[in-house]
Amino acid sequence: MSVDEKTVRRIATLARIGVREEELPALAKELNTIIGFVEQLSEVDTEGVKPFTSPVENTMRWREDAVTDGGYAEQVLANAPAKDDEYFAVPKVVE
Amino acid sequence: MSKLTDLNLAQARDGLVSKAFSAVELTQAHIERVEASDKLNAYVLKTPEKAMQMAKASDAKIASGTHGPLEGLPIGVKDLFCTQGVRTTASSKILGDFIPPYESTVTQNLWTDGAVLLGKLNNDEFAMGSSNETSCFGPVNNPYQGANGENLVPGGSSGGSSAAVAARLGVAATATDTGGSIRQPAAFTGTVGLKPTYGRCSRWGVVAFASSLDQAGPITQTVRDAAIMLGSMASFDSRDTTSVARDVPNYEAALTGNIKGLRVGIPKEYRVDTMPAEIEALWQQGMDWLKQAGAEIVDVSLPHTKYALPAYYIIAPAEASSNLARYDGVRYGVRQEGVDIDDMYANSRAAGFGDEVKRRVMVGTYALSAGYYDAYYVKALQVRRLIAEDFNRAYEKCDVLLTPTTPSAAFAVGKEVEDPLEMYLNDVFTVTVNLAGLPGLSVPAGLDAHGLPLGLQLIGKAFDEEQLLRVGEVLETAAGFTTRPNEWWSA
Amino acid sequence: MASNPNLIAGATGDWEVVMGLEIHAQIASQSKLFSGASTEFGALPNSQVSLVDAAMPGMLPVINAYCVEQAVRTGLGLKAQVNNYSVFDRKNYFYPDLPQGYQISQFLQPIVGEGAIEIDLPDGAVKTIGVERLHLEQDAGKSLHDQHPSQSFVDLNRSGMALMEIVSHPDMRSAAEAQAYVKKIRAILRYLGTCDGNMEQGSLRADVNVSVRRPGDALGTRCEIKNVNSIRFIGQAIEYEARRQIDLIEDGGVVQQQTRLFDPKNGETRAMRSKEEAHDYRYFPDPDLLPLEFDQAYVDAIAKDLPELPDDKKARFISDYNLSPYDASVLVSEAENAAFFEAAAEGQDAKAVANMVIGSVFAGLNKAGLAIAESPVTPKQVGQLVGLISDDTVSNSIAKEVFEMMFDEGPDQGKDAAVIVEEKGLKQVTDMGAIEAAVDAVIAANPDKVTQAQERPKMAGWFVGQVMQATGGKANPQAVNKLVMAKLGLDS
Repeated sequence: MSVDEKTVRRIATLARIGVREEELPALAKELNTIIGFVEQLSEVDTEGVKPFTSPVENTMRWREDAVTDGGYAEQVLANAPAKDDEYFAVPKVVE
Repeated sequence: MSKLTDLNLAQARDGLVSKAFSAVELTQAHIERVEASDKLNAYVLKTPEKAMQMAKASDAKIASGTHGPLEGLPIGVKDLFCTQGVRTTASSKILGDFIPPYESTVTQNLWTDGAVLLGKLNNDEFAMGSSNETSCFGPVNNPYQGANGENLVPGGSSGGSSAAVAARLGVAATATDTGGSIRQPAAFTGTVGLKPTYGRCSRWGVVAFASSLDQAGPITQTVRDAAIMLGSMASFDSRDTTSVARDVPNYEAALTGNIKGLRVGIPKEYRVDTMPAEIEALWQQGMDWLKQAGAEIVDVSLPHTKYALPAYYIIAPAEASSNLARYDGVRYGVRQEGVDIDDMYANSRAAGFGDEVKRRVMVGTYALSAGYYDAYYVKALQVRRLIAEDFNRAYEKCDVLLTPTTPSAAFAVGKEVEDPLEMYLNDVFTVTVNLAGLPGLSVPAGLDAHGLPLGLQLIGKAFDEEQLLRVGEVLETAAGFTTRPNEWWSA
Repeated sequence: MASNPNLIAGATGDWEVVMGLEIHAQIASQSKLFSGASTEFGALPNSQVSLVDAAMPGMLPVINAYCVEQAVRTGLGLKAQVNNYSVFDRKNYFYPDLPQGYQISQFLQPIVGEGAIEIDLPDGAVKTIGVERLHLEQDAGKSLHDQHPSQSFVDLNRSGMALMEIVSHPDMRSAAEAQAYVKKIRAILRYLGTCDGNMEQGSLRADVNVSVRRPGDALGTRCEIKNVNSIRFIGQAIEYEARRQIDLIEDGGVVQQQTRLFDPKNGETRAMRSKEEAHDYRYFPDPDLLPLEFDQAYVDAIAKDLPELPDDKKARFISDYNLSPYDASVLVSEAENAAFFEAAAEGQDAKAVANMVIGSVFAGLNKAGLAIAESPVTPKQVGQLVGLISDDTVSNSIAKEVFEMMFDEGPDQGKDAAVIVEEKGLKQVTDMGAIEAAVDAVIAANPDKVTQAQERPKMAGWFVGQVMQATGGKANPQAVNKLVMAKLGLDS
């Protein structure tokens, strides 16, 4: 599988990374190099092998349902690039 | 007496407790040395006032006999650990001047045990790199220079940590390892790097790169120092679902020097064609040292080793593409305005992320996208299991594995930055350990023909850091690595 | 024309509308699904946000045990397959009120699989609707788009709250069925106590998938109407959307698969204006979490603790109290109503109690804007009042009056029915002599009407009314009726 410029454009849009038109060829080349490298995996027979998602073999721990956090809006908002009173502010979203 | 900054962590600890010097004196000496070492670019933020406050508090505790295991010991912290009230950037422009209102579990453990913060250490942006050249603060220079005086990389992503410890800009440093980011820089700088078992140190408050691979650990001057640091860094943390509920043993007590009867596995697949003869020779030397100490050398096979890097370069970017989605210019970090919300996202992330981060986020996005998920991501996870099973089978025949840490010594700044794949190959011996979630330790073992440090890697069974450190110390003693870089950087 | 009442007539023939629903039900927990921040409604913006909910760097999720239990409980309530092993995935997309840049959800392996519920249709019929799955996921925060000319504001209080997404099969064929389905799901959730079902506050929201087709054809292209927040709006949105699609196709157009919004102001749906980039959510297992696992004993313990659910209660009301299916379904729609009825019916004529609860109690509460728990008349008082009807102490109509008096006086001063009847002299006259005298008096005073009535027997009712009036409504109406007919010679 090889990545063309249209695909690079689509991936960049999905990842919300602005890419200028003139950057596309070089990016496509780089991604193709990496993808070509990882395609070695197709040589491996993985028939029936269960995907490995975490090295931790324990069962997931659950926490008790109790209010133990929150109540510090000023800390949550302290690093915001833009805010209005207690809200984060972003460019207007049209639904 | 030698300079205070010549002491390793254990020596400094003992000197403080015996009141040979004070924490304030020790810290002051390190602050001054850090100040004089800007050419290394190891620290991205210095916190001398905070350090002096902490040192004073430590002296009071030592005086009252209420000191912790790391009381008064000045350390550097990789800028991937969130530090409350202290700017944390992951060496990325996108975090801007982010000031966390919280402290990572690992660093909190260190402060609770008395350690002193000298400042935040440089690293590859979001820990993505093997040379510390992707940092938004610029590359870190290895305290060791090339034969012609050229600047070398200190390894990465924990290049600030390895350079700082090698240059004695702190008695130890914290670091993180996702594919080799502790062990490879340790090998490049003649320091000790320990990547613990996945789940041993909490990930809470550590900026995430690849959640199923990331693990915090120390870079230190000695194996003993690594044991002491790990004793404080490790803990069970109920805030991290992947933290494993196990008691933290006394790692220092495990350093008995006795490895009689230990079976050391030598994986034949690590004998790659391109391996320089001197690394091959060092590896053989390592086997001999351990044999002389009473260990038995066993040949083992890890047949899927070849596929570890390709699997890693799907899994890590895939997780990263999702982990880095939160850097969107809304709640913190840098925003670049745009005509609408999506334009704002695209502009902020284009301006905030460096090339390598963009590359990996895009590869990860591609690997997870519709139509490719099974062919790439699921396939990589299946190969990951085969790699983990390779280790399980090997450990039926041996107790630890011995390998080189890296396929080469430190290279020149700028040499590999243009070729991502060549850069990725730095992790060829270390990345398998992350995929399997095992502990790995790099010990400085010798020099190459140009006088540059080389490391040997020991790989342990899950949660058997005690054994790993014990063997590591034996190896360290046998190698007797005492080389120090020429201090070209001090003014 | 159509024999099937669900078919919609178009210009070119009949159409069938097909619906499937995705209901998002907020779990009634104290804290969020993966953080310890409060879930209380109506707090100041961003005050119920933890560092995890705000997706600060390095923050990690830890699952809330209570939310797992509620999902299992709900799965059992939907008579669905509970999966002892399920997996949390990340659903990746960018939106300002989605701080992580992904929603933690369950994609390939949900906690609850196939189930089915029965819906009660207005004509008393019952239909089975398949439930495809139920999964746990995080809610997003809230964006406010109308506060500023060029900015949207984001409040993360809702971010990370636990949702159960309940996905139906496309088994519904009319707006009424979709409404009945939502009502039924809501009732089950409220019986179980897993969700408060409050649609106004957004604790229960529905996405409605609507498509149309010729009867017997394959499914048409569907449009998803997002976040409809009342049962009435669900009906309006479906009616509008089905008609829009039919008109579009009949005019030679093609339905585009899209996400639409319902605007309650003009009763229309419209396509969302945000860029319809092909969604590619890039689901993958969340590496910050482990698989969600529990054993059968855990499920069994929850099952043992399950309350009687609406369908079972309805069946019991029909068999034990001899109620009509309709009355039974009305009474069981809310657990509190059913409990009120059962308390009132104790030792009384249950059918009469059902009539009074549905007729007088619900009507009175509705008018006064009160909840059943706030009823001024207690279930016991309702039962006693029905008892007075049963033993002929009062007539039905007097009983209604007595009920109103009790209702208006409220629970504190409220006197029992027997006391009111005694004090106000409302006891039914059952003395046949007195009734006969009253009948005779009315007949004697209206000879012309007697003649009319003998020609048109329906006029007899007028005499009964007059006698009831003369006795202040206290005469036993059956006795009056019988006597009037006899005296007028109409009883043959």
